[in-house]
Amino acid sequence: MTAATHIRLAADRAGPEFYLSEDHHPENGTLLGFWIYLMSDCLIFAVLFATYGVLGHHYAGGPTGAELFELPMVAVNTAMLLFSSITYGMAMIATQEGRVKATLGWLAVTGLFGCGFLGLELTEFAHLIAEGNGPQRSAFLSSFFTLVGTHGLHVTCGVIWLVTLMVQVKRWGLTETTRRRLMCLSLFWHFLDVIWIGVFSFVYLLGAMS
Amino acid sequence: MSAHAPAHDHDSGHAATPHVTRKDYVTGFLLAAVLTAIPFWLVMGHPLPNPALAAMVVMGLAAVQVVVHMVYFLHMNGRAEGGWNMLALLFTVLIVGIVLSGSLWVMHHLDVNMMPMSAQDMRQAP
Repeated sequence: MTAATHIRLAADRAGPEFYLSEDHHPENGTLLGFWIYLMSDCLIFAVLFATYGVLGHHYAGGPTGAELFELPMVAVNTAMLLFSSITYGMAMIATQEGRVKATLGWLAVTGLFGCGFLGLELTEFAHLIAEGNGPQRSAFLSSFFTLVGTHGLHVTCGVIWLVTLMVQVKRWGLTETTRRRLMCLSLFWHFLDVIWIGVFSFVYLLGAMS
Repeated sequence: MSAHAPAHDHDSGHAATPHVTRKDYVTGFLLAAVLTAIPFWLVMGHPLPNPALAAMVVMGLAAVQVVVHMVYFLHMNGRAEGGWNMLALLFTVLIVGIVLSGSLWVMHHLDVNMMPMSAQDMRQAP
């Protein structure tokens, strides 16, 4: 009798403890959820890469990648994204140290690099379309515009998100909420740089060689 | 100091926001810069006589660079989120591998078995 009561009491004690330890990290879910979103985004890019891999040599008698791609410009674009990655890293370090002004400054530099990247990419697209090499020209160009354009759209969203967060940080400071959001954008921004590695290697460099 | 103390507590106490260091970012950036510069040099400077070999080196370096970005910029490790991040990543890598290799393999065979078509034919194709 006494032994049974004792066991039940022990079980009762174990219950709330378990619940509390679960509830202690409310922000854990956000970053994992955001990571899973990024992984699903990765699948979208994988499909677009596969499409480009299949159609990348179907020129329909039109120009090839070797004739169209300007590698120096691609190199500048790649450098811009890489610089924006390290400047975002500096923003995260400033956030960690609780320096609002430094965070805002590094975020602004990151945004400028992002805008520079977008500007160059749009210039390239406008140039291609003006010469009659738009997405409707060949299967190669359709898949090229879809893949690179989707990446560019992501960067555009990233820049808009970045400006939004700058306003929030300016207004509310580095609270737990803004920190969490900055961390999510950090993952998103670096993830786009990872995708760009695939784009410049597989699309531009290999395309320029063939 | 009062502004710093809670911030430090927050970052070291939770696994959710990983502690980032300047050294990590600078190391990652330098590695990434080198791993970017080499493939561009390989393609623009033509140091390798064999294009197929150059293509393989370019893709190999890209794979290494992806890992560098994952480790130094995305702070990927087996401990983040109790290992779930890594599990999601590995699952994605598996799916991406199946999608990419499957598509390229199937479509390549389809291509090989198609009737050959000249550039002239293609211009007249609808």
